[in-house]
Amino acid sequence: MTPTTWFKRHGLASWLLLACLLLVVFPLLFDNFRLNLVGKYLSYGFVAIGLVMLWGYGGVLSLGQGVFFGLGGYCMAMFLKLEASDPITTKIQSTPGIPDFMDWNQLTALPAWWVPFEYLPFALLAVVLVPVILAFVIGYAMFKRRVGGVYFAIITQAVTLILTVLIIGQQGYTGGVNGITDLKTLNGWDIRTDSAKVILYFVNAGLLLAAILVCGWIQRSKLGTLLLAMRDKEDRVRFSGYDVSMFKVFVFCLSAMLAGIGGALFTLQVGFMSPSLVGIVPSIEMVIFAAVGGRMSLIGAVYGALLVNAGKTYFSESFPELWLFLMAALFIGVVMAFPNGLAGLYETYVKPRIGRRKSATAAAPVDAPAQHPAPAALDDALPPGLTREEC
Amino acid sequence: MSMTDIFNIAMMQGFAGLSLFSVLLLMGLGLAIIFGQMGVINMAHGEFMTIGAYTIYLASTLAERYIPSFMEEYFPFAILLAFVFAFIVGWIAEWALIRHLYKRPLDTLLATWGLSLAMQQTFRSLFGAREVSPTLPEWLLGSWSPAEGLDIPSNGLFVMMVTLLVTGFVLLALYRSSWGLKVRATVANRAMANAVGINTKRTDRLTFAIGCGIAGIAGAAFTTIGSTGPTSGSLYIVDAFLVVTFGGAASLLGTVASAFGIAQTQSIAEFFISGSMAKVLTLLLIVIILMIRPQGLFASKIRR
Repeated sequence: MTPTTWFKRHGLASWLLLACLLLVVFPLLFDNFRLNLVGKYLSYGFVAIGLVMLWGYGGVLSLGQGVFFGLGGYCMAMFLKLEASDPITTKIQSTPGIPDFMDWNQLTALPAWWVPFEYLPFALLAVVLVPVILAFVIGYAMFKRRVGGVYFAIITQAVTLILTVLIIGQQGYTGGVNGITDLKTLNGWDIRTDSAKVILYFVNAGLLLAAILVCGWIQRSKLGTLLLAMRDKEDRVRFSGYDVSMFKVFVFCLSAMLAGIGGALFTLQVGFMSPSLVGIVPSIEMVIFAAVGGRMSLIGAVYGALLVNAGKTYFSESFPELWLFLMAALFIGVVMAFPNGLAGLYETYVKPRIGRRKSATAAAPVDAPAQHPAPAALDDALPPGLTREEC
Repeated sequence: MSMTDIFNIAMMQGFAGLSLFSVLLLMGLGLAIIFGQMGVINMAHGEFMTIGAYTIYLASTLAERYIPSFMEEYFPFAILLAFVFAFIVGWIAEWALIRHLYKRPLDTLLATWGLSLAMQQTFRSLFGAREVSPTLPEWLLGSWSPAEGLDIPSNGLFVMMVTLLVTGFVLLALYRSSWGLKVRATVANRAMANAVGINTKRTDRLTFAIGCGIAGIAGAAFTTIGSTGPTSGSLYIVDAFLVVTFGGAASLLGTVASAFGIAQTQSIAEFFISGSMAKVLTLLLIVIILMIRPQGLFASKIRR
């Protein structure tokens, strides 16, 4: 067996394990309420695997994933809201047929940019395209000017703040602080019933597993290798004749698309969308999902999203004062002690033993993620203060 | 509306802009040292400001209870105390956390975010979740009216004075003191600075702590404007980073200019459109300008 096929098999094995867990074990183990919670966590899994591609592989840290998550979620919510506010159910309003929050804010007609969201195909397209277009604009402007590292992080954070202030400020058009609530049906299909929630859970899990396969394929392709090369020695890749910035734009758009899909699935399963899910704090928390799972591992990122969110739900209910300390410890620990996250711990401690037990013939594991030291982007993001002596 | 009314409105509007300018500048100064000079992303900067604010609150409560006669004069001393406390915490944070991460700026960002969460929870456990305000001395309340119909709030004036003092002090320290010389040498070329006998590690720690101390002063000064809660710090952080980045990270004068520009844009826009839209407009302008000119207004002359 050659090392490559071994790697592929191994990657497939952990994927199958995850699939088995998501599609068989969780539905059997949990009741509908818990399963819905897991589904909500899994919608964050999309953001986490997007960050693995962007941050782990591309070496670009975005603190604005909440924006894309929110945009996807809002696009979905707008469609659902329009469907929920047909003229008959909203006949007590002074203007029937428009969403309730618009009526409360003295709007008398549906704003023009809301109108296309009455059509499901348009809304579904917008879920994917709106985040991608925004990511393209930001990414193209920044990466073409070779802005990276910390400056990119700060600017994405500013974009997050802009969107949050905008959503909260424009109450009549966006629902303000409360967000878009009271979502009922998707094309006539009631999404609030238990059976619908179970179906949505499976849709979510299936899409997530598919997304992992696609991202894994990108990682193993030439593009993935280039991304890694760029992360470690950007100038060398540039001098080899590659247009470095467009690769970064691509991976940024990819992560935005994934986050948008996650947001839409979140809206469908939870039944509302609000600016509190979009802001600066949630955006940084999304980074920790990927970091806990292991910034180089797609599968790890999903476990990271599941664990951190489950921990958040458990602790913030039972020990609210402990939760922030625990979260702080997670942030600091993941940076200082185990920069490869759960996946790194698995690679170092668990896998060697399994390998030894399995057979002596299995060649030394050639697993790309394991061999790359975690501290991503040592070089390209050096601040002005720290000059590179060795270059 | 007579000419004097228009003049008064213009004066007060101008003062509102200047007041916002001093707030932004004071926020950005500590960060201009930590992020601008050292290149460390300190996401806990807002929490260091909160340390300063809570110090004032503590001092005012203590003064009120034990030495009521001191109530008129306690404020300046409390500000010094705020600097000292934030300085000490900054020193410890650098020793425990930051110094291990100088080569990994993005990881510093995450670690200091963790630090900020821990600090927020500590504040909450110590002072409660409610917002608190210190009892201010008489001379900080009320307003100064040099002419009829012209009211200039004295707390705004006070913040402006503090900003002026701190900015002058930082400029002086950075360009006239031996510490400043060491900082600039380390920024320009760490290896050479080491070679000529500058203890760059010590300089780093001192610089970080001084930046945090200045954040403490800023937080202390802001207690005259608004109340303090455990999470107040997080309100400032994005603005502070934008001020420094927009000015051009390594340039202190750039920070001053960008704080001025941002404040004037926002306060003029607020005159015409709602507050939140003015904020959106200002931020959007900053982001667009940063996209066109990523190095900020005043580019540093550092060879990369």
